[in-house]
Amino acid sequence: MIYTDLMIIGGGPAGLSAAKTVSDYGVKSILVEKDRKLGGQLVKQTHRFFGSKKEKAGMRGFTIAQNIENEIRKSGSSEIWTDSTVLGLYEDGVVTVLRNGRMEKIKPKKIIAATGAFERYLAFENNDLPGVFGAGAVQTLMNVFGVLPGKKVLMVGSGNIGLIVSYQLIQAGAKVVQLVEAAPEIGGYLVHASKIARLGVPILTSATLKGVYGNGKVEKAVIHRVDERFNPIDGTEEEIEVDTVCLAVGLTPLNELVRMAGCAMVYSGELGGYVPLRDDFMQTSVNGLYCCGDASGIEEATAAMLSGSIAALHACYSIFPDIQDYQEQMQRLQSALTELRAGPFGEKIRKGLSRAVVIKNA
Amino acid sequence: MGEISVRIENHPVLEYKRGKKITFFFNGMPVECFEGETIAAALYAANILDLSSSRRLHRPRGLFCAIGNCSSCLMEVDGVVNVKTCVTPARHGMHVCVQEGKGDLL
Repeated sequence: MIYTDLMIIGGGPAGLSAAKTVSDYGVKSILVEKDRKLGGQLVKQTHRFFGSKKEKAGMRGFTIAQNIENEIRKSGSSEIWTDSTVLGLYEDGVVTVLRNGRMEKIKPKKIIAATGAFERYLAFENNDLPGVFGAGAVQTLMNVFGVLPGKKVLMVGSGNIGLIVSYQLIQAGAKVVQLVEAAPEIGGYLVHASKIARLGVPILTSATLKGVYGNGKVEKAVIHRVDERFNPIDGTEEEIEVDTVCLAVGLTPLNELVRMAGCAMVYSGELGGYVPLRDDFMQTSVNGLYCCGDASGIEEATAAMLSGSIAALHACYSIFPDIQDYQEQMQRLQSALTELRAGPFGEKIRKGLSRAVVIKNA
Repeated sequence: MGEISVRIENHPVLEYKRGKKITFFFNGMPVECFEGETIAAALYAANILDLSSSRRLHRPRGLFCAIGNCSSCLMEVDGVVNVKTCVTPARHGMHVCVQEGKGDLL
């Protein structure tokens, strides 16, 4: 059995920030990541972040991940286990991890689950044909391995991911033949939409994918218009010659682990699905178990990093209540997060959180 | 049939640090790739898009999530079935095969 103060599950933006916060206070932790490298979705993000300088705006995702990782490694208080998968959380507080073909048992004082999200799928004819990808897969192939999945792409979804990945596809040398959005309006920031529109990507709203066709792989797609209730409108089918379809139709929190530990969950369409009930410090209904980042509700990387730091700071404080600047730091993080969620784009998130944040701690 | 997927050579933001050239085998056929690439990425770069097939209707399955969450890319690697090829690095001399159905464990 390995004993540690804190265990952080997931080395994406939320988990990395949590580990960084923990190492700032010299608290011992183990960061477990199932991939071979840290960074989660940040490693694929080639665009510069928006927002305040303090929250890494102006930097590209992969640089942010690398910088935080370097800081964690330098401090030496956090052990980093990559290529390691958490298998289960047990009632007696033991966590089992598969590492190098062995099952390790760890007993941490507190657990932070930053397990991320997975991509939503869409129902359409032949949606299993090779050439249909999730947007994350396209990013992994292009931005991590330098492999362009196709040359003529249909993008489905105009949220920020759909818009940004369209831009990344163009940067990598593909042609985004068409972008369709089922809603009557573009979902993401107009600055991203304008950027790809200027590069010649036609953006069609109130339209979606009917099906893809081809011999063993995508050779063409058929799109059609939908009404305000998302029902297809007859006679509006249009055939497009593409070799790749990229689905950017949203994400769902990946939080089976905390659910397994018995956390009270609530369904929130605004936050992407079932999310754990939590207090202002991301602590779930199971004492000592925190959930942060996309696993606690779909937002974007900056929010994930802040919620990871908040969870870690609170966890450290509850183990070592003599932390000097706790109040000051917590206030800074909380107000940064509130500021990020202000404004019209944060409305959906605020609505979701109004139901997910219910536990009031002293 | 033209090439669908290709390796990106010039990128305005990214610089790809590719490892040394290695060769593995796909259904007995040699495939060249770079050390550090996953099996699935290497196969896609070689325009091999069919990684497995559906159990009942035997429809082709390609790469979908690329992060080890879905089961679209399970293949037989050096005799071990159900390997997630999208997160497993390619190694020199390795044998990768399309597996039949669920894959035989014994």
